[in-house]
Amino acid sequence: MFAHDNLFHAFLIKYAEIGIKGKNRYLFEDALIRQIRFALRDVEGDFRIRKESGRIYLESEIRFDFDEVIGHLQYVFGIAGICPMVQFDDNGFEDLKDRVVDYVRNVHPEGNFTFKVQTKRAKKSYPMDSNEINAALGEAILEAFPSLKVDVHNPDVFFYVEVRERINVYSRVIPGPGGMPVGTSGKAMLLLSGGIDSPVAGWMIAKRGVKIDAVYFHAPPYTSERAKEKVVDLARLVSRYAGPMDLHIINFTDIQLYIYDMCPHAELTIIMRRYMMRIAQTIAEENGALGLITGESIGQVASQTMQSLACTNEVCHMPVYRPVIGFDKQDIVDVAQKIDTFETSIQPFEDCCTIFVAKHPVTKPNLNIIRRSEEKLAEKIDAMVKEAIEGREIIRIGLE
Amino acid sequence: MMEAYLDNSATTRALDSVRDIVVKTMMEDYGNPSSLHKKGLEAEHYVKEAAAQVAKTLKASPSEIIFTSGGTESNNMAIIGAARAGKRTGKHIITTTIEHASVYNVFGHLEEEGWKVTYIPVDEHGHVKTEALLSAVDEETALVSVMYVNNEIGSVNPVGEIGALIKKKNPRTVFHVDAIQAYGKYRICPQKEHIDLLSVSGHKIHGPKGVGFLYVRQGTKILPVVFGGGQQKGMRSGTHNVPGIAGLGTAAEEIYRDHEARIDAMYGIRELFAGLVSELPGVTVNGLPGRGSAPHVVSVSFEGVRAEVLLHALEEKGIYVSSGSACSSNHPALSGTLQGIGVRRELLDSTLRFSFSIFTTEEEIRYTVQTLAGLLPVLRRYRRM
Repeated sequence: MFAHDNLFHAFLIKYAEIGIKGKNRYLFEDALIRQIRFALRDVEGDFRIRKESGRIYLESEIRFDFDEVIGHLQYVFGIAGICPMVQFDDNGFEDLKDRVVDYVRNVHPEGNFTFKVQTKRAKKSYPMDSNEINAALGEAILEAFPSLKVDVHNPDVFFYVEVRERINVYSRVIPGPGGMPVGTSGKAMLLLSGGIDSPVAGWMIAKRGVKIDAVYFHAPPYTSERAKEKVVDLARLVSRYAGPMDLHIINFTDIQLYIYDMCPHAELTIIMRRYMMRIAQTIAEENGALGLITGESIGQVASQTMQSLACTNEVCHMPVYRPVIGFDKQDIVDVAQKIDTFETSIQPFEDCCTIFVAKHPVTKPNLNIIRRSEEKLAEKIDAMVKEAIEGREIIRIGLE
Repeated sequence: MMEAYLDNSATTRALDSVRDIVVKTMMEDYGNPSSLHKKGLEAEHYVKEAAAQVAKTLKASPSEIIFTSGGTESNNMAIIGAARAGKRTGKHIITTTIEHASVYNVFGHLEEEGWKVTYIPVDEHGHVKTEALLSAVDEETALVSVMYVNNEIGSVNPVGEIGALIKKKNPRTVFHVDAIQAYGKYRICPQKEHIDLLSVSGHKIHGPKGVGFLYVRQGTKILPVVFGGGQQKGMRSGTHNVPGIAGLGTAAEEIYRDHEARIDAMYGIRELFAGLVSELPGVTVNGLPGRGSAPHVVSVSFEGVRAEVLLHALEEKGIYVSSGSACSSNHPALSGTLQGIGVRRELLDSTLRFSFSIFTTEEEIRYTVQTLAGLLPVLRRYRRM
């Protein structure tokens, strides 16, 4: 990055859409601060987060690793930009001038650009007003670096000077991930498999401020402990963005074998998917979630054709969010790589959707036929579903 | 729940005496053998003692033992070191098609670097075809590498005979034996068996992980592959892993005490298992029966069952086994060894390895077979269509 990153001991956090949320703004800011704290919990530093007249400041009294902090702030939805700041006490204008010139030398050594100084004077007792400060600092910078030029309309670089109790100087804006702070939009239940798509789907919905819990269907001995471990790892990766989450692990083996025994093999996957949705929905309701999230994408596999989706969707009365529904596989892979779940997702462990998959599964299931097949399960299935839900294991992710 | 650890070809539980000496060399006698002071000398004694213990089991000299980080390093060092040192003989090297990855992939690497490699196939019992091997040996052959006991099916190569024949045809050809699955199970005398280089791993014989040795017969030229501070006469630089080495020496000594009785007992276990398991329907035991195979490995194919599913079903009952070899089961590719011995294609993915140790009991074997008898019909009923 920059050679003088250890110059900075504070950041101004610029937030995105939450600035426009009117009277509820404080809720959004509080959620943002909570998520920043979560993101920085393992980062060395003595971080203080302050709200001050519509902005959020992150400061540390002790030294910290600049790149590490920026890296972790990239996990916080709602952050539009991160501005590394130099902070110092007000020791008169001469001192301010020297420090600003130093700042320009250190942070912008490239030496050939147009600039504008933009001062905000919150401390009204300061002897100069904003325009005077702008002019005097601009002059000082030009004198120190004759190759620079002022451009008040369309400068390459803005030098922001904030005169408050202390003085803040910054010029760089490092883009944040955007979106909205998690915890501002309710909760949803993610159906997490071990694949590439579902972590991406969870990430996308979390980005809209939604808190996430997840459910995984485990089918020992057909799926291994390592497959489950992989899902736990994926949940951890998603929770870096989405914050702490509960991962519900359902033992699905008996249900799967019962369907295998009672229903036509070609319909196995679709009926299984319907029971997964039912179970996820029940757990979602118990936990106050308002929707389900899946990584389905139209036509990707037999169980994701329009007909199959209609068929699985039919058992849900809650909204099912499918954020990657229109994505090509490569689009999904690109996001998975960006959020660092891809390498984990491609570890070769079998998931429970594929273990008994028929050679020619139905691709255009007829709802009436599927319903009729499900009637054959009537004797035991409700008790089995209940037992699976009650016997589930819950792993708390992100609080370790 | 009963527990039966039947994955001893992957690794073994350490002996109590091994644990004790490892702790002692970590907590009390923790010096660096290269240090000049007393603490260093103390540590050096452990290394010397281990070299003597190991050498004794091979009727070799302690100066012929180089300690390594384990079987993989021993194999790498032997093959790369001998190939490079043997360039004057020629750039031709020979191995078999059923070697462990730590041999096989080293040959692949040398092939890319310009060595000519001949891969000798095996017969239906997993024995290297000796005649084919011998006809491949010529004036230019710098190295032949043959495994003693195969890790997947327990087949045993007559390395002594092979060694004699190679030397007869080209005395300058270096003979390397991967004995990682054989050491502790067979009495090996490299001198008599014309073995120049012999690889051994500590944790397969109830020693620690991360340690092994390479026997280098006096007069055999190999070049080092690890460079640094010149420890072990410059053949393998790096601070001695004293706890590991001391543990390995202890394990080697103990494993060869009452050797014949222990091996008889292990064959008893093997026979009991092979006999009981082959009575189950749709089950085939691969490889030769009785003393024709190694005492600790049994490869079994289960018709109509996926190995990985059976493995996890056994795991739920406290029984731990491998599909193929634990090292190669990370790769989805099917076992080259099983294909090499002509196991039917549909059984390749239905084969498990059961491997025993001195700790394995008859009770564990009976429990395992009983569990298999219960699981197989259920697993066969539910299968991919």
